[in-house]
Amino acid sequence: MAPNLPPKAPLEHSQSVAGSPAAHEEEHHYRSGPLRWLLTTNHKEIGTLYLIFSLSMFLIGGVMALVVRLELFQPGLQMVQPEFFNQMTTMHGLIMVFGAVMPAFVGLANWMVPLQIGAPDMALPRLNNFSFWLLPIAFTLLLATLLMPGGGPNFGWTFYAPLSTTYAPPSTTFFIFALHMAGISSILGAINIIATILNLRAPGMRLMDMTLFVWTWLITAFLLIAVMPVLAGVITMMLLDINFGTSFFNAAGGGDPVLFQHLFWFFGHPEVYIMILPAFGIVSVIVPTFARKRLFGYASMVYATASIAILSFLVWAHHMFAVGLPLVAELFFMYTTMLIAVPTGVKVFNWITTLFRGSITFETPMLFALAFIVLFTIGGFSGLMLAIAPADFQYHDTYFVVAHFHYVLVPGAVFSIMAAVYYWLPKWTGHYPDERIGRWHFWLSVIGVNLLFFPMHFAGLAGMPRRIPDYALQFADFNMASSIGGFLFGFSQLLFVWVIVKCVRGGAKAPAKAWEGASDLEWTLPSPAPLHTFETPPDLRGFKFH
Amino acid sequence: MTPVQRTVTKTLIALLMMVGFTIALVPLYDVFCQITGLNGKSASQPRAVVSGEVDESRYVTVQFITRTGSGLPWRLEALNRQVRVHPGQAYEVRFAFVNHGKTASRGRAVPSVSPSEASLHLRKVTCFCFQEQRLEAGEKLELPMMFQLSSDLPEGIHTVTLAYTLYPVAEGPVANNKSTSMQGGDA
Amino acid sequence: MRKMLVLAALMASVTGLSRAARAAGWNMPVGVTEVSRDVYGLHMVIFWICVIIGVIVFGIMFYSLFRYRRSKGAQAAHFHEHTTVEVFWTAIPLLILVAMAIPATATLKDMYDASEAELDVMVTGHQWRWHYHYMGEDITFFSNLDTPREQIDGTAEKGENYLLEVDQPLVLPVGRKVRLLMTSSDVIHSWWVPDLAVKKDAVPGFVNEAWTRIDEPGIYRGQCAELCGKDHAFMPVVVQAMEQEAFDTWLAERKQEAAAAASGVDREWKLEELVERGEKVYGSICASCHQADGQGTPPTFPALAGNQAMMDDLDWHIDVVVNGVSGSAMAAFSGTLNPVDLAAVITYERNAWGNETGDVVQPAEIQALIDP
Repeated sequence: MAPNLPPKAPLEHSQSVAGSPAAHEEEHHYRSGPLRWLLTTNHKEIGTLYLIFSLSMFLIGGVMALVVRLELFQPGLQMVQPEFFNQMTTMHGLIMVFGAVMPAFVGLANWMVPLQIGAPDMALPRLNNFSFWLLPIAFTLLLATLLMPGGGPNFGWTFYAPLSTTYAPPSTTFFIFALHMAGISSILGAINIIATILNLRAPGMRLMDMTLFVWTWLITAFLLIAVMPVLAGVITMMLLDINFGTSFFNAAGGGDPVLFQHLFWFFGHPEVYIMILPAFGIVSVIVPTFARKRLFGYASMVYATASIAILSFLVWAHHMFAVGLPLVAELFFMYTTMLIAVPTGVKVFNWITTLFRGSITFETPMLFALAFIVLFTIGGFSGLMLAIAPADFQYHDTYFVVAHFHYVLVPGAVFSIMAAVYYWLPKWTGHYPDERIGRWHFWLSVIGVNLLFFPMHFAGLAGMPRRIPDYALQFADFNMASSIGGFLFGFSQLLFVWVIVKCVRGGAKAPAKAWEGASDLEWTLPSPAPLHTFETPPDLRGFKFH
Repeated sequence: MTPVQRTVTKTLIALLMMVGFTIALVPLYDVFCQITGLNGKSASQPRAVVSGEVDESRYVTVQFITRTGSGLPWRLEALNRQVRVHPGQAYEVRFAFVNHGKTASRGRAVPSVSPSEASLHLRKVTCFCFQEQRLEAGEKLELPMMFQLSSDLPEGIHTVTLAYTLYPVAEGPVANNKSTSMQGGDA
Repeated sequence: MRKMLVLAALMASVTGLSRAARAAGWNMPVGVTEVSRDVYGLHMVIFWICVIIGVIVFGIMFYSLFRYRRSKGAQAAHFHEHTTVEVFWTAIPLLILVAMAIPATATLKDMYDASEAELDVMVTGHQWRWHYHYMGEDITFFSNLDTPREQIDGTAEKGENYLLEVDQPLVLPVGRKVRLLMTSSDVIHSWWVPDLAVKKDAVPGFVNEAWTRIDEPGIYRGQCAELCGKDHAFMPVVVQAMEQEAFDTWLAERKQEAAAAASGVDREWKLEELVERGEKVYGSICASCHQADGQGTPPTFPALAGNQAMMDDLDWHIDVVVNGVSGSAMAAFSGTLNPVDLAAVITYERNAWGNETGDVVQPAEIQALIDP
């Protein structure tokens, strides 16, 4: 055992909790079957529901991406018509952002935040149940729009007016309603997480003792509270424009389509960080575990996360450099955007310094975390390039942008979620995930994802606009490579499903502390974690944190 | 109140403030546009002529573009398509409206100034764009537009383009039935 | 020393690669304007800065992963913070960014240079074609995709400029500053030609401006860059740059052509003449929504074939085509098509696909309507 591990004393606690579930098992036995899952207020069960929901959305959104990649395999229109293609790109974006990535992080928060702060449950368990069940309803409605006359949303996940208002299909009202529900779910989830983190920490745990995962989620939750109302506002204005004759975004009535973009991106840019800050937290937890060394620069990590969150409110118009902003505005947003590279750089440097002079092993969660660092940084580099406003006139709305945000979201956010799943599966199920399949899943995903997204940089620089179902011949090779990569990546995810199912059903038994170098509070609990944990808060005075 | 309730109350207050902020963003945006000239929106209220220095050493070309949006059987024409003016001096140009439709209708001319920075320095004294117009079938109307470019117009600006797009104003409650109205009419 | 040489050789080969990459269309085009060359320069500088940072950062990372493997008996050290180092790696990126921001600011200011232009062109985005208006010259025309449908559907071999070819390109003189005023008649479009490094959104109701000064004669191709509906992929931009004299000649010819095309308003047209001409206009303007067979794609784009309401009410039909329908994709064509084309296309629609009304709409009627 590495010498830097925490003293054993707090582990004693697990014995006391291990005894307690028996008392509660009874009360839960009377509810069984579907009703139990419908009415559960247990943070672990709700966390599981969120994760299963997210995984199904990831697969559905993935199938839509494959439809897109199939059409783009060759120039010409072969598989689908442009109308349907646009619905696929739009739905893919909406489902991945609001249905897959965000709920996955909320699910992880549900499971792990109480375990990492020594709380018995979330602060508002019934609200927690409600926030989850809004999601399946919202997304069933959203998917149902595909079957409505005129089709589903076809205006891109950014739904710029007036394409999404005056010129939108009739189903847009349902799309707005679905998004409202998803937004309310996010807000309620965020309130719950804030209330939990600020009030339910075990005695002796100060804010600066929390793991980075809890910290990044706390900051993310504040971001959600701040920007979800803006999204709700902007879609409400769309609703009024479509159905009640107002003209917020309609020039004919004295409105301004560009206002839509300002409002959308005022929400949208913090939203981007909502999808990446928890990923930073996950990686900051996993890397020290497998490097068997404390996280380097804990305090600067917290400050960097907070700075990124604050800066995220000052950069929105970098998505709009080509919309016709005055020079001063372009300069302001160019400078603020470039500034974001500084705290982000600090994070990357800290992770690498954590690795430096560690004692490193390469289990599957670590592989995904390491791939995250490299590939997210590549996405960061292209982000820096996009920040340069004059050059952005060439990059804007091309596949270069598509490559950029997929690098930060797929091998970024999604890989971090996969890393988290592999990392915490032993705690959730009591079994280790199959390391061999895990490695296959990892390597196929890494190869697939790079083959999928790297050529997009070239296609974009060579001049291929985004969101087109057919393209000029000089982009053919890049697209063929991307499509092959897409199918490789897509089908590799079946391995992920297999690993999870296999792990739930059995496998090598995991001890309380499943990973040798792990030191956070959740590893003091038995594996699998009993339904009720930390019923009496652990006394953490004297606990050696991170 | 328990600590949890206190936190929830505080977050709810923060949430409500953000909702209020979102609602305020729309008027704030208009104010912001008028202060910074963002997006070339020109003032929607008449402004007085500022009698000040006329910069006779400088000429600025002011172009007028007129366009008609769909659904309005009107034509708008700038009778002076282009004028060369000194910053600081007030000028009057004239525009002709024609309704070549078979019924009376109402329209509104929506102005846009390019480069957008110039909108800060464009003072419209009288303009048909401040209110909507109503024309009988076949009616022709000539309307003046009096403007002044303030003498502090940035040196770099040599041409100012003022575009007017005519849009119909709904006679009834809602003009926005889009495809359904087309469908209803067509099918 | 040897290391330096190896590094230099590596850099040289990579630079060589980037040159090769550009030739093969892997990199941003250098373009044919001063601004586009500046932008390309900025792009390459920031790219190499990223590459160097990447090599250093990933170098240290992979070194650590290799060197400090536990399987090789690595023992973890205990350090976990170091203020000097942390301040250092906050400050250095900041300095690099400042160094980057200076040339970027200069280029951006150049792009916003509002000095007097010698030619003003109004660019209007329509679903899904561009319309150009040479201001002061009274030349206006649509620029439509010219790739045959068979190539898109795969029943014919795709040509060299597949999807990047138009019936009438925007013709511009070289060496002259051209001001481009952008607007849109429906949704937001974005006019983009990579070789000119001009990309500007065309926003309905608002006018944006951009400018360019092309150095070399040639044909430069681009596309609409903002999602604008179903045929977003099918509205290319083609700019043909020519010497001033050639441009002047083109301008004169173009004026004559326009006059010839618009002539004949006064004379009586025969049904066959109008239908023949109307079919062409319909094919280039209307077919993208209402389909070549007039079936449309309801509910968004109504069918014209067998459309009883349209056939019964001639005035209404004319009104829709001439003045458009508010809040829909149906644009007003009175400002963009001449009376002959308008009369021809309306006549065609009333007599094609089994719509056997036999109605003939004379150009003179349309003329009287638009300009009473």
